[in-house]
Amino acid sequence: MKKLLHTTALAAALGLTAGAVMAEGKLVIYHWFEYIPQELLDKFAAENDVEIVMDTYDSNEALLAALKAGAIGTYDVAVPGDYMVKIMAGEGLLDTIAEGELANKGNIQPEWADPSFDPGRAHSIPYQWGSTSFAVNRDAYKGDIGTTDILFNPPAELSGKINMLDSQGEVLAMAALHMGIPQCSQDREQLKALNAMLQDAKAHWASFNSDTAKEVLVSGDAAVGQIYDGFAAKARAEGANIEYAFPKQGYIVWMDNVVLLKDAPNRDNAIKFMDFLLEPENIAAVTNYARYNAGVSGVEPYLDPTLATQPESNPPADAGAGVFIEVCDQATQEVYDQIWTNLKK
Amino acid sequence: MAGGGTAGGGPRTDTYAPVRLWLLLPAWVSLTILVLAPVSMMLVYSFLTKEFRGGVIWEFSLSAYDQFFCNRGLFGDEPCSIEWTYLLIFWRSIWQAGAATLLSLAIGFPTAYFIATRPARQRALWVFLITIPYWVNLLIRTVSMKFLLRDQGPLNDALLGLGILSEPLSIVNTNLAVQLGLFYSYLPFMVLPIYAAVERYNFSLSEAAADLYAPRWVILRRIVIPAVKPGIVAGCILVFVPSLGSFLAPDLLGGAKTFMIGSLIEEQFKGNAGNWPFGAAASMILLTMVLILLLIFARQQARAGNG
Repeated sequence: MKKLLHTTALAAALGLTAGAVMAEGKLVIYHWFEYIPQELLDKFAAENDVEIVMDTYDSNEALLAALKAGAIGTYDVAVPGDYMVKIMAGEGLLDTIAEGELANKGNIQPEWADPSFDPGRAHSIPYQWGSTSFAVNRDAYKGDIGTTDILFNPPAELSGKINMLDSQGEVLAMAALHMGIPQCSQDREQLKALNAMLQDAKAHWASFNSDTAKEVLVSGDAAVGQIYDGFAAKARAEGANIEYAFPKQGYIVWMDNVVLLKDAPNRDNAIKFMDFLLEPENIAAVTNYARYNAGVSGVEPYLDPTLATQPESNPPADAGAGVFIEVCDQATQEVYDQIWTNLKK
Repeated sequence: MAGGGTAGGGPRTDTYAPVRLWLLLPAWVSLTILVLAPVSMMLVYSFLTKEFRGGVIWEFSLSAYDQFFCNRGLFGDEPCSIEWTYLLIFWRSIWQAGAATLLSLAIGFPTAYFIATRPARQRALWVFLITIPYWVNLLIRTVSMKFLLRDQGPLNDALLGLGILSEPLSIVNTNLAVQLGLFYSYLPFMVLPIYAAVERYNFSLSEAAADLYAPRWVILRRIVIPAVKPGIVAGCILVFVPSLGSFLAPDLLGGAKTFMIGSLIEEQFKGNAGNWPFGAAASMILLTMVLILLLIFARQQARAGNG
């Protein structure tokens, strides 16, 4: 550890004297929008004398589509969510991290060291984890919000003021929780009921938008918004009088992961970047910025103290269980695709 | 190369005849690379088998077109009945684009007429002013439009403040917002061709008509409009066609509650469905529709030109 710090410091010093004009290496990141502080990228660039190029995407599906359409070989690392890591590995889009390649692999918290979506962390490291639920404007509605009825069968004062994420996985998983059916149900009656329930619920919705999920809550254009916990915390920090709900029917838990992409043009720098993000101080900077949770041990001293008590990260005792989005087989997925098309036709 | 045949021709000179093919080469190459190749690829992909989660399997299949026209129920095992879902999406998009085109025409024609009738020195300035907003990215302009139209936005504030309204107008997330967005996005495409046509119009024709006691309305309808019709048609096509395929305005201003052609196709490539052949088939159907529409326009133009 000490030696590593020493070498990085040396590299940084060399970088400062020799570099600045032209960086030695390069690192190409494919990342979600608004999800990493620029200072952290600058720090990595300075320490390792690399030029960082970053493109952004707005959904796991968009990431997969871009890589399959030929972007593989362009990027070194990407940050897919849990179920997408599994899909990408299955599609052969990920490179394997050899045992011992990551010096800081031991920093991963034990509960995230061997997740079902990437056994043994062969391709990925934790980035951030959190939940997806919804937030309600407390000026618009004072009643109980601990139920998915707020989204799918809302009280009159919230009807027509709801923004949903424009994301099939998150909307349909939440709907499954609402109805108490499995996410990849193959039961025809359940699927028909799900289809009908969504048709009715749509009449109460104002819009589908993921990119502006936070803004519509801050501006007051929407009184209810399906949203990620960190985005809800940011919206609250920007002045919206909103409360993030943990419905009794359950809510979605997710983990975003930094993966090593197949044919990464700068594989060495990608490994360095992953090691960099396993340093508690660095990943804590992401958490402080994005308001989610890190999956790395020893981050606590570096965290913004308000994070520990922020309501978005602390489910109440009567909250339902958090569940990951499941990956369905092709035949089942096609029915869900049809239900989504019916919803948006 | 191809000598002769032009000897008795009119004003055309054949200075470039020996190298004509070479001079045309860049145009042909760019047309092939930028138009022909992508469209052929789309055509081929629309007849392939879809790969789960995006991509294609190189096996011939009609299932993309079957999906477009055949409704086989939620579970895909019922006999084929007419699928209205996608026809409805297409119809809605055509209707939206048509409304935006009419709106652009209603505002664009008088604007173009006004500019063309200014003194020559002022005209350039007016044209310049029309294009200024278009130096800004389309996304930014669409988002700004949303801010203007919001329930607590400047438009509603002004109308409420003036006492014209007692309740704010809810425009965002409606079809009207989409039409306004499209109209605003593509207005210059209407103004500029009409302006070019009106500028060439010989105003002594209007004076002659007025001397013969034609009322103003008749002059406009029977003399001005027929004379500038090519500009109007060009403007309508230039607004209608991009409006038809747009997805920014429907997503941002319409709330993305219903698919438009553009967002339906986008979903097949970028979204969860990952159905490339279907996206390609929907694009081909759209392309065919636009092509037929343009052919009808072109024939009418030709007929009007001959008659």
